[in-house]
Amino acid sequence: MKETAYWTWFIIAALVIFVIAGLHMVVMHLPMFGVFNPESGAVTDWGNVAFRSKNQFLAFTYIILLGAVLYHGFYGLRTIVFELGPKKSFQDGFTVILWIVGLVLFGIGTYAAIAAKALETAL
Amino acid sequence: MANKQFDNHLGIVGWLGGGRWGVERYLYILQRLTGLGLLLFFMMHIFASSVRICGPESWAAAMKILKNPVLKLGEFCVFVLFSFHALNGIRLILIELGLAVGKAEEPVYPYKSSLNNQRPLMVIAMVLVAIIIIAGGYNTIFGSH
Ligand code: HEM
Ligand code: HEM
Repeated sequence: MKETAYWTWFIIAALVIFVIAGLHMVVMHLPMFGVFNPESGAVTDWGNVAFRSKNQFLAFTYIILLGAVLYHGFYGLRTIVFELGPKKSFQDGFTVILWIVGLVLFGIGTYAAIAAKALETAL
Repeated sequence: MANKQFDNHLGIVGWLGGGRWGVERYLYILQRLTGLGLLLFFMMHIFASSVRICGPESWAAAMKILKNPVLKLGEFCVFVLFSFHALNGIRLILIELGLAVGKAEEPVYPYKSSLNNQRPLMVIAMVLVAIIIIAGGYNTIFGSH
Protein backbone atom coordinates (compact mmCIF):
# COMPACT_ATOMS: atom_id res chain seq x y z
CA MET A 1 0.00 0.00 0.00
CA LYS A 2 2.78 2.36 0.98
CA GLU A 3 4.63 1.66 -2.28
CA THR A 4 1.44 2.44 -4.27
CA ALA A 5 1.21 5.80 -2.51
CA TYR A 6 4.88 6.55 -3.31
CA TRP A 7 4.20 5.71 -6.97
CA THR A 8 1.06 7.88 -7.05
CA TRP A 9 3.12 10.83 -5.78
CA PHE A 10 5.74 10.05 -8.44
CA ILE A 11 3.04 10.41 -11.14
CA ILE A 12 1.55 13.54 -9.54
CA ALA A 13 5.06 15.03 -9.41
CA ALA A 14 5.51 14.19 -13.13
CA LEU A 15 2.37 16.16 -14.01
CA VAL A 16 3.50 19.12 -11.89
CA ILE A 17 6.93 19.05 -13.59
CA PHE A 18 5.26 18.84 -17.00
CA VAL A 19 3.42 22.12 -16.38
CA ILE A 20 6.07 24.14 -14.51
CA ALA A 21 9.23 22.89 -16.22
CA GLY A 22 7.31 23.07 -19.51
CA LEU A 23 6.89 26.79 -18.87
CA HIS A 24 10.57 27.00 -17.84
CA MET A 25 11.57 25.41 -21.15
CA VAL A 26 9.44 27.89 -23.11
CA VAL A 27 11.12 30.73 -21.20
CA MET A 28 14.67 29.36 -21.69
CA HIS A 29 14.56 27.61 -25.06
CA LEU A 30 11.67 29.09 -27.02
CA PRO A 31 12.17 32.82 -26.35
CA MET A 32 10.34 33.63 -29.61
CA PHE A 33 7.18 33.47 -27.47
CA GLY A 34 8.54 36.33 -25.34
CA VAL A 35 7.43 34.82 -22.03
CA PHE A 36 9.14 36.26 -18.92
CA ASN A 37 11.92 37.80 -20.99
CA PRO A 38 11.23 41.56 -20.92
CA GLU A 39 14.67 42.60 -22.22
CA SER A 40 16.04 41.94 -25.66
CA GLY A 41 19.26 39.92 -25.66
CA ALA A 42 19.86 36.49 -24.20
CA VAL A 43 17.38 34.79 -21.85
CA THR A 44 20.22 34.45 -19.35
CA ASP A 45 21.22 38.15 -19.48
CA TRP A 46 21.11 39.66 -16.01
CA GLY A 47 18.14 41.93 -16.76
CA ASN A 48 15.95 38.94 -17.62
CA VAL A 49 17.25 36.75 -14.78
CA ALA A 50 16.75 39.56 -12.22
CA PHE A 51 13.25 40.24 -13.55
CA ARG A 52 12.28 36.57 -13.12
CA SER A 53 13.95 36.24 -9.73
CA LYS A 54 11.90 39.15 -8.39
CA ASN A 55 8.68 37.66 -9.67
CA GLN A 56 6.69 36.17 -6.78
CA PHE A 57 4.85 33.69 -8.98
CA LEU A 58 8.05 32.32 -10.53
CA ALA A 59 9.88 32.12 -7.18
CA PHE A 60 6.94 30.10 -5.86
CA THR A 61 6.83 27.77 -8.87
CA TYR A 62 10.62 27.22 -8.64
CA ILE A 63 10.25 25.95 -5.07
CA ILE A 64 7.40 23.62 -6.05
CA LEU A 65 9.43 22.46 -9.06
CA LEU A 66 12.47 21.75 -6.88
CA GLY A 67 10.41 19.46 -4.66
CA ALA A 68 8.65 17.74 -7.56
CA VAL A 69 11.79 17.08 -9.61
CA LEU A 70 13.81 15.83 -6.63
CA TYR A 71 11.01 13.49 -5.54
CA HIS A 72 10.28 12.20 -9.06
CA GLY A 73 13.95 11.84 -10.00
CA PHE A 74 15.05 10.14 -6.79
CA TYR A 75 12.04 7.84 -6.73
CA GLY A 76 12.89 6.88 -10.33
CA LEU A 77 16.52 6.21 -9.40
CA ARG A 78 15.32 4.15 -6.42
CA THR A 79 13.05 2.04 -8.68
CA ILE A 80 15.95 1.31 -11.03
CA VAL A 81 18.32 0.40 -8.20
CA PHE A 82 15.69 -1.77 -6.45
CA GLU A 83 15.03 -3.65 -9.68
CA LEU A 84 18.61 -4.88 -9.57
CA GLY A 85 17.59 -6.89 -6.49
CA PRO A 86 19.66 -5.50 -3.59
CA LYS A 87 19.15 -6.80 -0.04
CA LYS A 88 16.40 -5.31 2.14
CA SER A 89 18.94 -3.63 4.42
CA PHE A 90 20.56 -1.95 1.40
CA GLN A 91 17.12 -0.84 0.15
CA ASP A 92 16.28 0.79 3.49
CA GLY A 93 19.65 2.52 3.76
CA PHE A 94 19.46 3.73 0.16
CA THR A 95 15.99 5.20 0.71
CA VAL A 96 17.22 7.10 3.80
CA ILE A 97 20.25 8.44 1.89
CA LEU A 98 18.04 9.63 -0.97
CA TRP A 99 15.74 11.42 1.48
CA ILE A 100 18.69 13.17 3.14
CA VAL A 101 20.36 14.21 -0.13
CA GLY A 102 16.98 15.28 -1.54
CA LEU A 103 16.10 17.40 1.48
CA VAL A 104 19.54 19.06 1.53
CA LEU A 105 19.29 19.91 -2.20
CA PHE A 106 15.73 21.15 -1.68
CA GLY A 107 16.98 23.36 1.18
CA ILE A 108 19.80 24.84 -0.93
CA GLY A 109 17.53 25.48 -3.93
CA THR A 110 14.76 26.99 -1.81
CA TYR A 111 17.25 29.25 -0.06
CA ALA A 112 18.51 30.40 -3.49
CA ALA A 113 15.00 31.11 -4.79
CA ILE A 114 14.13 33.16 -1.67
CA ALA A 115 17.50 34.94 -1.51
CA ALA A 116 17.26 35.78 -5.22
CA LYS A 117 13.86 37.31 -4.64
CA ALA A 118 15.21 39.38 -1.74
CA LEU A 119 18.04 40.67 -3.98
CA GLU A 120 15.49 42.97 -5.55
CA THR A 121 15.92 45.75 -2.99
CA ALA A 122 19.72 45.59 -3.16
CA LEU A 123 19.82 46.05 -6.95
CA MET B 1 24.03 -7.18 -8.87
CA ALA B 2 22.23 -10.06 -10.63
CA ASN B 3 20.13 -11.99 -8.16
CA LYS B 4 20.97 -15.69 -8.18
CA GLN B 5 17.72 -16.53 -6.43
CA PHE B 6 15.62 -16.04 -9.58
CA ASP B 7 16.87 -17.52 -12.82
CA ASN B 8 14.87 -14.98 -14.87
CA HIS B 9 16.44 -12.06 -13.02
CA LEU B 10 18.76 -10.35 -15.47
CA GLY B 11 19.76 -7.23 -13.53
CA ILE B 12 21.03 -4.35 -15.66
CA VAL B 13 21.21 -6.61 -18.73
CA GLY B 14 17.48 -7.20 -18.27
CA TRP B 15 16.49 -3.64 -18.91
CA LEU B 16 19.10 -2.99 -21.57
CA GLY B 17 18.34 -6.08 -23.64
CA GLY B 18 15.34 -8.35 -23.53
CA GLY B 19 14.76 -10.34 -26.71
CA ARG B 20 12.48 -9.38 -29.60
CA TRP B 21 11.23 -5.89 -28.95
CA GLY B 22 8.65 -3.49 -30.30
CA VAL B 23 9.37 0.23 -30.62
CA GLU B 24 7.81 0.90 -27.23
CA ARG B 25 10.40 -1.27 -25.52
CA TYR B 26 13.18 0.94 -26.85
CA LEU B 27 11.27 4.02 -25.74
CA TYR B 28 11.19 2.50 -22.25
CA ILE B 29 15.00 2.29 -22.11
CA LEU B 30 15.21 5.84 -23.42
CA GLN B 31 12.71 6.95 -20.76
CA ARG B 32 15.03 5.60 -18.06
CA LEU B 33 18.24 6.91 -19.59
CA THR B 34 16.80 10.38 -20.23
CA GLY B 35 15.37 10.39 -16.66
CA LEU B 36 18.80 9.61 -15.20
CA GLY B 37 20.45 12.21 -17.45
CA LEU B 38 17.95 14.86 -16.37
CA LEU B 39 18.49 13.99 -12.70
CA LEU B 40 22.25 14.43 -13.07
CA PHE B 41 21.76 17.75 -14.87
CA PHE B 42 19.22 18.94 -12.31
CA MET B 43 21.52 18.38 -9.33
CA MET B 44 24.17 20.55 -11.02
CA HIS B 45 21.52 23.03 -12.16
CA ILE B 46 20.49 23.82 -8.58
CA PHE B 47 24.03 25.03 -7.85
CA ALA B 48 24.60 26.74 -11.20
CA SER B 49 21.34 28.72 -11.12
CA SER B 50 21.98 29.70 -7.47
CA VAL B 51 24.95 31.81 -8.59
CA ARG B 52 22.39 34.55 -9.29
CA ILE B 53 22.18 35.34 -5.58
CA CYS B 54 25.82 36.55 -5.73
CA GLY B 55 24.82 39.42 -8.03
CA PRO B 56 25.26 40.50 -11.66
CA GLU B 57 29.07 40.21 -11.89
CA SER B 58 29.23 36.62 -10.66
CA TRP B 59 26.26 35.71 -12.85
CA ALA B 60 27.86 37.27 -15.95
CA ALA B 61 31.10 35.38 -15.25
CA ALA B 62 29.20 32.09 -14.97
CA MET B 63 27.24 32.78 -18.17
CA LYS B 64 30.48 33.55 -20.02
CA ILE B 65 31.58 29.98 -19.36
CA LEU B 66 28.23 28.73 -20.68
CA LYS B 67 28.75 30.57 -23.99
CA ASN B 68 31.29 27.87 -24.88
CA PRO B 69 29.88 25.99 -27.91
CA VAL B 70 30.31 22.60 -26.25
CA LEU B 71 28.22 23.73 -23.27
CA LYS B 72 25.68 25.36 -25.59
CA LEU B 73 25.29 21.98 -27.26
CA GLY B 74 25.02 20.38 -23.82
CA GLU B 75 22.22 22.78 -22.90
CA PHE B 76 20.38 21.90 -26.10
CA CYS B 77 20.82 18.20 -25.29
CA VAL B 78 19.11 18.79 -21.93
CA PHE B 79 16.23 20.37 -23.84
CA VAL B 80 16.07 17.31 -26.13
CA LEU B 81 16.15 14.89 -23.18
CA PHE B 82 13.46 16.88 -21.42
CA SER B 83 11.15 17.09 -24.46
CA PHE B 84 11.36 13.37 -25.07
CA HIS B 85 11.03 12.34 -21.42
CA ALA B 86 8.10 14.70 -20.83
CA LEU B 87 5.96 13.63 -23.80
CA ASN B 88 6.84 9.95 -23.64
CA GLY B 89 6.11 10.21 -19.89
CA ILE B 90 2.63 11.63 -20.55
CA ARG B 91 2.06 8.77 -23.02
CA LEU B 92 3.09 6.23 -20.35
CA ILE B 93 0.86 7.87 -17.74
CA LEU B 94 -2.14 7.78 -20.10
CA ILE B 95 -1.52 4.07 -20.65
CA GLU B 96 -0.72 3.21 -17.02
CA LEU B 97 -3.90 4.89 -15.82
CA GLY B 98 -5.81 2.89 -18.44
CA LEU B 99 -6.95 6.02 -20.33
CA ALA B 100 -5.39 5.09 -23.67
CA VAL B 101 -5.73 1.33 -23.88
CA GLY B 102 -9.18 1.09 -25.46
CA LYS B 103 -11.96 -1.27 -24.40
CA ALA B 104 -11.18 -4.57 -22.68
CA GLU B 105 -11.12 -7.39 -25.26
CA GLU B 106 -9.98 -10.92 -25.76
CA PRO B 107 -6.27 -10.98 -26.54
CA VAL B 108 -6.57 -12.31 -30.08
CA TYR B 109 -3.89 -11.51 -32.65
CA PRO B 110 -3.67 -8.87 -34.14
CA TYR B 111 -4.15 -7.04 -30.82
CA LYS B 112 -6.61 -4.22 -31.47
CA SER B 113 -5.71 -2.16 -28.43
CA SER B 114 -2.02 -1.90 -29.26
CA LEU B 115 -2.64 -1.37 -32.99
CA ASN B 116 -5.55 1.07 -32.85
CA ASN B 117 -4.91 2.92 -29.60
CA GLN B 118 -1.39 2.59 -28.26
CA ARG B 119 0.55 2.71 -31.53
CA PRO B 120 -1.12 5.92 -32.81
CA LEU B 121 -0.61 7.55 -29.39
CA MET B 122 3.09 6.69 -29.58
CA VAL B 123 3.34 8.13 -33.10
CA ILE B 124 1.57 11.36 -32.08
CA ALA B 125 3.84 11.74 -29.02
CA MET B 126 7.01 11.22 -31.10
CA VAL B 127 5.88 13.65 -33.81
CA LEU B 128 5.26 16.29 -31.12
CA VAL B 129 8.71 15.60 -29.65
CA ALA B 130 10.27 16.09 -33.10
CA ILE B 131 8.43 19.40 -33.66
CA ILE B 132 9.45 20.75 -30.24
CA ILE B 133 13.09 19.70 -30.72
CA ILE B 134 13.19 21.39 -34.15
CA ALA B 135 11.75 24.61 -32.69
CA GLY B 136 14.33 24.58 -29.87
CA GLY B 137 17.13 23.70 -32.27
CA TYR B 138 16.15 26.57 -34.55
CA ASN B 139 16.46 28.92 -31.59
CA THR B 140 19.82 27.47 -30.50
CA ILE B 141 21.30 27.86 -33.99
CA PHE B 142 19.63 30.99 -35.36
CA GLY B 143 18.24 32.80 -32.30
CA SER B 144 20.07 35.67 -30.63
CA HIS B 145 19.88 33.71 -27.38
C1 HEM C 1 8.22 16.60 -17.77
C2 HEM C 1 7.59 15.92 -16.94
C3 HEM C 1 7.88 14.46 -16.66
C4 HEM C 1 7.00 13.44 -16.88
C5 HEM C 1 5.59 13.55 -17.48
C6 HEM C 1 7.66 12.22 -16.42
C7 HEM C 1 7.08 10.96 -16.45
C8 HEM C 1 7.75 9.79 -16.21
C9 HEM C 1 7.19 8.46 -16.37
C10 HEM C 1 5.75 8.16 -16.78
C11 HEM C 1 8.16 7.56 -16.09
C12 HEM C 1 8.07 6.04 -16.20
C13 HEM C 1 7.76 5.42 -14.90
C14 HEM C 1 6.87 4.24 -15.03
O1 HEM C 1 6.68 3.72 -16.12
O2 HEM C 1 6.32 3.85 -13.98
C15 HEM C 1 9.34 8.31 -15.71
C16 HEM C 1 10.54 7.75 -15.32
C17 HEM C 1 11.59 8.45 -14.82
N1 HEM C 1 11.70 9.83 -14.69
FE1 HEM C 1 10.33 11.16 -15.30
N2 HEM C 1 8.92 12.53 -15.95
C18 HEM C 1 9.10 13.90 -16.07
C19 HEM C 1 10.25 14.60 -15.72
C20 HEM C 1 11.39 14.06 -15.13
C21 HEM C 1 12.56 14.81 -14.69
C22 HEM C 1 12.74 16.33 -14.80
C23 HEM C 1 13.44 13.89 -14.17
C24 HEM C 1 14.81 14.13 -13.57
C25 HEM C 1 15.02 14.70 -12.47
C26 HEM C 1 12.84 12.57 -14.29
C27 HEM C 1 13.43 11.37 -13.87
C28 HEM C 1 12.94 10.10 -14.12
C29 HEM C 1 13.65 8.86 -13.86
C30 HEM C 1 15.05 8.73 -13.24
C31 HEM C 1 12.81 7.82 -14.31
C32 HEM C 1 13.12 6.30 -14.33
C33 HEM C 1 12.25 5.53 -13.39
C34 HEM C 1 11.75 4.20 -13.89
O3 HEM C 1 12.05 3.78 -15.00
O4 HEM C 1 10.97 3.59 -13.16
N3 HEM C 1 11.59 12.72 -14.89
N4 HEM C 1 9.06 9.68 -15.78
C1 HEM D 1 19.08 23.59 -20.40
C2 HEM D 1 18.03 24.21 -20.17
C3 HEM D 1 17.84 25.12 -18.98
C4 HEM D 1 18.26 26.42 -18.84
C5 HEM D 1 19.02 27.28 -19.85
C6 HEM D 1 17.83 26.85 -17.54
C7 HEM D 1 18.08 28.12 -17.00
C8 HEM D 1 17.76 28.52 -15.72
C9 HEM D 1 18.07 29.83 -15.16
C10 HEM D 1 18.79 30.94 -15.91
C11 HEM D 1 17.60 29.84 -13.88
C12 HEM D 1 17.71 31.01 -12.89
C13 HEM D 1 16.38 31.65 -12.64
C14 HEM D 1 15.84 32.43 -13.81
O1 HEM D 1 16.60 33.00 -14.59
O2 HEM D 1 14.61 32.48 -13.93
C15 HEM D 1 16.99 28.54 -13.62
C16 HEM D 1 16.41 28.16 -12.45
C17 HEM D 1 15.76 26.94 -12.24
N1 HEM D 1 15.61 25.92 -13.15
FE1 HEM D 1 16.38 25.86 -15.02
N2 HEM D 1 17.15 25.82 -16.91
C18 HEM D 1 17.15 24.74 -17.76
C19 HEM D 1 16.58 23.50 -17.52
C20 HEM D 1 15.87 23.16 -16.39
C21 HEM D 1 15.18 21.89 -16.19
C22 HEM D 1 15.16 20.73 -17.19
C23 HEM D 1 14.60 21.96 -14.95
C24 HEM D 1 13.75 20.96 -14.22
C25 HEM D 1 13.21 19.91 -14.67
C26 HEM D 1 14.93 23.26 -14.37
C27 HEM D 1 14.52 23.71 -13.13
C28 HEM D 1 14.89 24.90 -12.54
C29 HEM D 1 14.58 25.28 -11.17
C30 HEM D 1 13.79 24.44 -10.14
C31 HEM D 1 15.13 26.56 -10.97
C32 HEM D 1 15.10 27.40 -9.68
C33 HEM D 1 16.30 27.03 -8.86
C34 HEM D 1 16.41 27.79 -7.57
O3 HEM D 1 16.01 28.95 -7.48
O4 HEM D 1 16.93 27.18 -6.62
N3 HEM D 1 15.69 23.96 -15.28
N4 HEM D 1 17.08 27.76 -14.77
